[in-house]
Amino acid sequence: MSAVRAATQSRPTMDAIWAALAAIPDPEIPVISLVELGIVREVSWRGDELVVTLTPTYSGCPATQVIAADVAAALVDAGIVGARIETRLSPAWTTDWIAPAAKTRLAEYGIAPPGTRAGVQVIDIGGLTRREPRAPVPCPRCGSRRTRELSRFGSTPCKAQHRCDDCLEPFDYFKPH
Amino acid sequence: MSDDRSLFEYLLRLADSDLILAQRLGEWVGHGPVLEEDIATTNVGLDLLGQSRLWFAYAGEVEARFNDGSGRSEDELAFLRDAGEFRNLMLVEQPNGNYADTMARQFYFDVWHELLLRGLAESTDARIAEIASKALKEVRYHGDRSADWVIRLGDGTDESHRKMQAAIDGLWMYTGEMFDVDAVDLALIDGGIACDARALAAPWRQRVDAVLDEATLRLPTDVWMQGSNGRGGKQGVHTEHIGPMLAQMQWLQRAYPGARW
Repeated sequence: MSAVRAATQSRPTMDAIWAALAAIPDPEIPVISLVELGIVREVSWRGDELVVTLTPTYSGCPATQVIAADVAAALVDAGIVGARIETRLSPAWTTDWIAPAAKTRLAEYGIAPPGTRAGVQVIDIGGLTRREPRAPVPCPRCGSRRTRELSRFGSTPCKAQHRCDDCLEPFDYFKPH
Repeated sequence: MSDDRSLFEYLLRLADSDLILAQRLGEWVGHGPVLEEDIATTNVGLDLLGQSRLWFAYAGEVEARFNDGSGRSEDELAFLRDAGEFRNLMLVEQPNGNYADTMARQFYFDVWHELLLRGLAESTDARIAEIASKALKEVRYHGDRSADWVIRLGDGTDESHRKMQAAIDGLWMYTGEMFDVDAVDLALIDGGIACDARALAAPWRQRVDAVLDEATLRLPTDVWMQGSNGRGGKQGVHTEHIGPMLAQMQWLQRAYPGARW
């Protein structure tokens, strides 16, 4: 039996590979998986090499390298050594790709999930006045809509800091992006 | 200059302005006026650092095309060039000063950066277009925040107004070169690879005027624009501030070449 045939016969199924990837938690937000986050864009065989295509969330997100290492390790556990991990920038990642079930889990974890921004591509920057207050982000703890933004950025590039004026708890908001 | 050499220069300009501003913003780590601002400012720096890496990686690949297959890595480009080889705008190397100075610098840059990336997102060079499209989403958010701060400080207390006006005045002379083009730009504009920066001047001014009006601030007039003689940051001619900053940024790789951890 040739080595190529042996490799082909021992290949895990595509479903098994996706299942292995779906079990990898985001390193900074462990209640959602990399697949639910929407950053695993494609999995395919190129000859005998498995190619996993990832897209970064934010350009400078330090978790990107950890994520690539986690993917490689999970694939080794699934029986695939030496998979190629490629990066794809286009189309740019959007929070609209986060799975609905994952958004619910984010809220349970204490992070207000992002609103949808599908279709929002160009902001008219021609006539700025003091910006309208944004729609309130519901508090993930008590559900109150009396919340306000403390800072445009939070503990990771993908989040902002808000506070609830009812239960007084500060919380993270996963920014629509 | 061949098209690839021009493209390499152009990519360095994009990468260097991102990198140098990221480094300046990083200087705020642990020194922000409040914790939330410390985090916010350095997160903006992080976005810019990530963007600079995408431009550097592409620049290195382009360099290999005209340099016998040998192109420099991101780290070599960032850490092993001297001041005269940097191609960033002079604006972004200006010191942090007080928070009004930092926000005025950011505001001038963000408005220009967003317009530039919108143009580059339509580049005929697919790699430039995809990097620009990615960066644009991040930079829009930066611009919202810096405009908010210009308004908040400008239309704030007497003291914050005075400091914000001083910052707007002091940095104004470095904004001219954002809209100048030279032979590098011209070599790439016709083919739709580069964005014609001259066309950004009017929309930039419109947006800046609108924000400053809201902020009860005014722009200075009759100021000599640094670099308008064709010798500015994009050509490697810098203000005195870049040297000490590079010394701090590069010393480890200079003292221990190839050090890793």
